[in-house]
Amino acid sequence: MKAQQASVVDRRSRVETGFAETLAGYTLAGPALVLIFALFILPGAAVLAIATTDWHLGAKTLSFVGAANFTSLFADRVFRAALFNTAVYVLMVVPSTLVLGLSLALLIESGKSLRAFYRAVHFLPFMTSLAAMAIVWEALLHPTIGLVNQVFGLIGLPTANWLRSEATVLPILAIIGTWQSLGLALVLFLAGLKAIPQDLYDAADIDGADGVLDRLRVVTLPSLAPVSLFVLIVVTLRAFAAFDIVQILTRGGPGDASVMLLYALYRESFEYLTTGYGAAIAVIFLVIVIALAMLQTRVVNSRTSRS
Amino acid sequence: MTLPMKILAGAVRHAILLTTGSLVLAPFVWMVSLSLKPPAELFSSSFTLLPQHWFAVENYARALTEAPLPRYMLNGVIVCAAILLLQIMICAPAAYALAKVRFAGRQVMFGFVLIGLLIPHQVLALPLFILCYGLGIFNTYAALIFPFVVSPFGIFLFRQFFMSIPDDIVHAARLDGLSELSIVWRIMLPMSLPAVLAFSIVSVVSHWNDLFWPLLVVRSQEFMPPSLGIVTFANAEAGNDYGPLMAGATVVVAPLVISFLAAQRWFIEGLTAGSIK
Repeated sequence: MKAQQASVVDRRSRVETGFAETLAGYTLAGPALVLIFALFILPGAAVLAIATTDWHLGAKTLSFVGAANFTSLFADRVFRAALFNTAVYVLMVVPSTLVLGLSLALLIESGKSLRAFYRAVHFLPFMTSLAAMAIVWEALLHPTIGLVNQVFGLIGLPTANWLRSEATVLPILAIIGTWQSLGLALVLFLAGLKAIPQDLYDAADIDGADGVLDRLRVVTLPSLAPVSLFVLIVVTLRAFAAFDIVQILTRGGPGDASVMLLYALYRESFEYLTTGYGAAIAVIFLVIVIALAMLQTRVVNSRTSRS
Repeated sequence: MTLPMKILAGAVRHAILLTTGSLVLAPFVWMVSLSLKPPAELFSSSFTLLPQHWFAVENYARALTEAPLPRYMLNGVIVCAAILLLQIMICAPAAYALAKVRFAGRQVMFGFVLIGLLIPHQVLALPLFILCYGLGIFNTYAALIFPFVVSPFGIFLFRQFFMSIPDDIVHAARLDGLSELSIVWRIMLPMSLPAVLAFSIVSVVSHWNDLFWPLLVVRSQEFMPPSLGIVTFANAEAGNDYGPLMAGATVVVAPLVISFLAAQRWFIEGLTAGSIK
């Protein structure tokens, strides 16, 4: 259908395309094209260029240092901590978001009542200001008057100064990150569940796979595999970009226990003004994002070619 | 399944979902609860949802007067509205050109849109910061708005919708003597309202909630959008005076939560589409 339409456009265009249509195209797309150049392409190139210099923000001079920023980054204790912490954070947030999102989606779909209500409740954190909610989390986790320690004390669980202890700070940030992304995973999984054709369940019924667990194993989970890979990538990208909670709740502390990639980028570029160094971190972040996006494109392509 | 089993399964489903749901909502409930309480009750070891002495008026009054909270909210409205209007004005014609107009370089341009879609904003923060400084718009509304006036995601989304509109409609409009721009405004956009709505929600939610960019380019309170404003308020309000702070957080979060409850389906569909960029 689409291919047909396109070929109609092609034939028409071969006859009519002329100066007028090209002019119209550039007039309509021109402002966007210029702005994409000025605000995306050139700044992107500039980051790559700055990353090879020793420039300090505001300095009048700079010199080319090649890959020196990258070699010193990987030798830098704080940056290695940032990479390590980000990896740990991602490894905590992504599996818990996926498992919880999928389980809750299955549970919501397993019944008819209150579906929209449960979906809305679990989705709410995804669309609220994480900056404002981080402040609320700080109150919840307050060592003496916070709800968490009050409840834990009441039921005999250990209490702690959650955000000021090296052992607990990353897991706590991961819980907040999971709390925020859960709704997104849930909604994507719900859409995936709705897209499973009823025929598959009927066929499984005929084959004798009619128990709840059988249906889950034979039909539901295999059908969700492409969606799951997709959710995995989207949630991973979000987890790599964690910033607000670090900036507001910990500033990378205690010590360097919660420094993460984007916080390191922010601090080097805009607080320490070691701009070349900060740009090198931006390049590393970009490489990670592009790698994940390429994986995502491959997933989407294989999905569309299959259907 | 037998009937008793079905009832049991239903009860278990509700029990689990109500539990996870309350855990997810706990921060919101706690926020509103603290915003109603006087300082003395914050420190009492027995916690209750509702205050013994209502202190809501005092807390909200302090939040609205001691911090320029109304100013932050107004800034949020100004910045989000300006960004959204400019984005639609710039992206819709470009998307129409990419979908319906044949011109040399169209594929190359779409390639640039895809590159723009791929680059996370934080990577570009440094050059854009320098650009804003160079243009002399540092610490103004313009610095908050300018880097976002073109949205590759918007172009991409609108292009997809425009492509599904039959060419015949475009031809008919051209025969009627409509200019290309009026085809965009009077035919393409009205026929793509779901895309416009989804994009508007993504745009407003992300800029109302954004902290990273405002943190870089705005220093004075008179330009701060809500998220940066509430963080500034929290830093100034050192100590444990949570009442006004939680009242402030409630005020910052409320507009989007209320809109969400009013138009749930649109928010969920829009933001899910937005996450896929």
